[in-house]
Amino acid sequence: MQPIAIAENIKDRFPEEVLDIREFREQVSVTLKKGRIVDICRYLHDDPSLYMDFLVDLCGLDYKGKKENRFAVLYNLYSVEHRHRIMLKAEVEESEPSIDSVISVWRGVDWHERECFDMFGIVFKGHPDLRRILLPEDWEGHPLRKDYPLKGPGPDMEWKGFTDVLDRAKRYKEFDWYQK
Amino acid sequence: MQELDDTDKTFETKELTISLGPQHPATHGVLRLVLHLNGETVVKCTPYVGYLHRGVEKLGENRTYFAALPLSDRLDYISSMNNNVGYVNAVEKLFGIEAPARAKFIRTIVAEMGRLSSHIIWLGTHVLDIGATTPFLHAMAAREKILDLFEILCGARLTVSYPRVGGVRNDISQQFLDELYDFVLDFPSKMDDYETLVTENRIWKDRTVDIGVISREEAINWGLTGGTLRGSGVDYDVRKYAPYDAYDQVEFDVPVGKKGDCYDRYLVRVEEMRQANRIIKQCVEKLPAGAVMADAPKFTLPPKDMILKDMEHLIHQFILITKGPSVAEGEVYVGTEVPKGELGFYFVSDGTGKPYRMRVRAPSFVHASVMPRLCEGGLIADVIANIGTIDIVLGECDR
Repeated sequence: MQPIAIAENIKDRFPEEVLDIREFREQVSVTLKKGRIVDICRYLHDDPSLYMDFLVDLCGLDYKGKKENRFAVLYNLYSVEHRHRIMLKAEVEESEPSIDSVISVWRGVDWHERECFDMFGIVFKGHPDLRRILLPEDWEGHPLRKDYPLKGPGPDMEWKGFTDVLDRAKRYKEFDWYQK
Repeated sequence: MQELDDTDKTFETKELTISLGPQHPATHGVLRLVLHLNGETVVKCTPYVGYLHRGVEKLGENRTYFAALPLSDRLDYISSMNNNVGYVNAVEKLFGIEAPARAKFIRTIVAEMGRLSSHIIWLGTHVLDIGATTPFLHAMAAREKILDLFEILCGARLTVSYPRVGGVRNDISQQFLDELYDFVLDFPSKMDDYETLVTENRIWKDRTVDIGVISREEAINWGLTGGTLRGSGVDYDVRKYAPYDAYDQVEFDVPVGKKGDCYDRYLVRVEEMRQANRIIKQCVEKLPAGAVMADAPKFTLPPKDMILKDMEHLIHQFILITKGPSVAEGEVYVGTEVPKGELGFYFVSDGTGKPYRMRVRAPSFVHASVMPRLCEGGLIADVIANIGTIDIVLGECDR
């Protein structure tokens, strides 16, 4: 099925949810409200003519100052059987950065959602094990947000694990390893 | 007598928690698995990743499209050529340009060489983990030859950055082609040697047959790609069904497994190496003449000799390097088949020379997440077989 036909199909089925359909370089992305994202994904996964059985990717997006709703979550779906692709984008507002988890539809979304939570601070409701994944548990801030500085939070706000290592290195330096 | 009485009592076991890695040599990098063991059986397995996190996506957002290319070398550092090919294909799609035919063939050749070198090192380390030392030594010797060829090609052996947006950095030499063709003709006999050592080996089969079984539907649902998915019998290969570069002009088969156990995944990857060899042979024979950089002055750097002679070209290069090209607003996702699976780059452009968002869909990240599914309920010795069979590189997993 052509990607634009899939987008029209979603619009026919969920007319209130679809905000925008965009095509760029033969790739179609459908912007959605976040409310019924699980229903939409379940429909795309189960419908025999669509059968989006493979979630290629899930990632967060930060449109700070560019769009009304700051965040978005991108679902990149593919059907191994029909060999067609569609991208869904669910808008998430800054005041309440949370969205329902689609782990009941695709089991492989587990770590993608954890990473999105880690990097953007978007909470996935219903995820069984939502912890930070790439960064340490006690890290502060969400690095892929546009207001997070590239070089980190600054010299006096270093992560505690790093300052601990520096302290330890200092102590070991003072220790006399070759005492008689 | 007291001691003898004690042994008559029922032997009490308790659940033991051990941490495998991050420095364990069999975890292929810095993967840490916390295993809860009941005797020798794994009750629960929790992977921890992120020890190698360098923030590639954040760095990519702060560099121009040209300057972010070397970041992709450092993803999967044992097949950097394939990552480069994936990156430049995605950027070309975003720019709306196309590389000339000769560049496409060269990229296909080097990508398949990268696949060979990565699969060879996978074969060597996987069998080494399980206890066979000999294939590892032979495999490293064959990989060395490919790295030497890369050195002839571009001067670098590991982090190559050879493909460029709009083509490749330099044309290939006759010496490279001759040596490559000799290697290609010789390689099938080497593969036969490896297979003699491993494929029908009884110890090998005992350790891999019916280990880490994952069904077809489950493999797709978990988002597996590459050899790990095809081992479960799913006919999905990006090269075949969404061809990029010259893959639509060469013939090759996509091997698939039946059961989805470690042994099937091994067979699939071994056959993939033979197919990669076949692709290289066809590409060398069909290699067309012509330019190796696209004629798209707005998006590609001008040739070096023109920069040194001509003022306009110098200004043009300065603008492209400092500001980056002006790109249409939009977003693209391009997936390519790297040795580990499907490596996808997703770009959001806001019209400037830097990507607004650069996302790397890393196959190793997804494959590491499936570890609990494969290991739980099995023996601790099978954990090592499973790590080898999903073929992960932590540089790509942690990004």
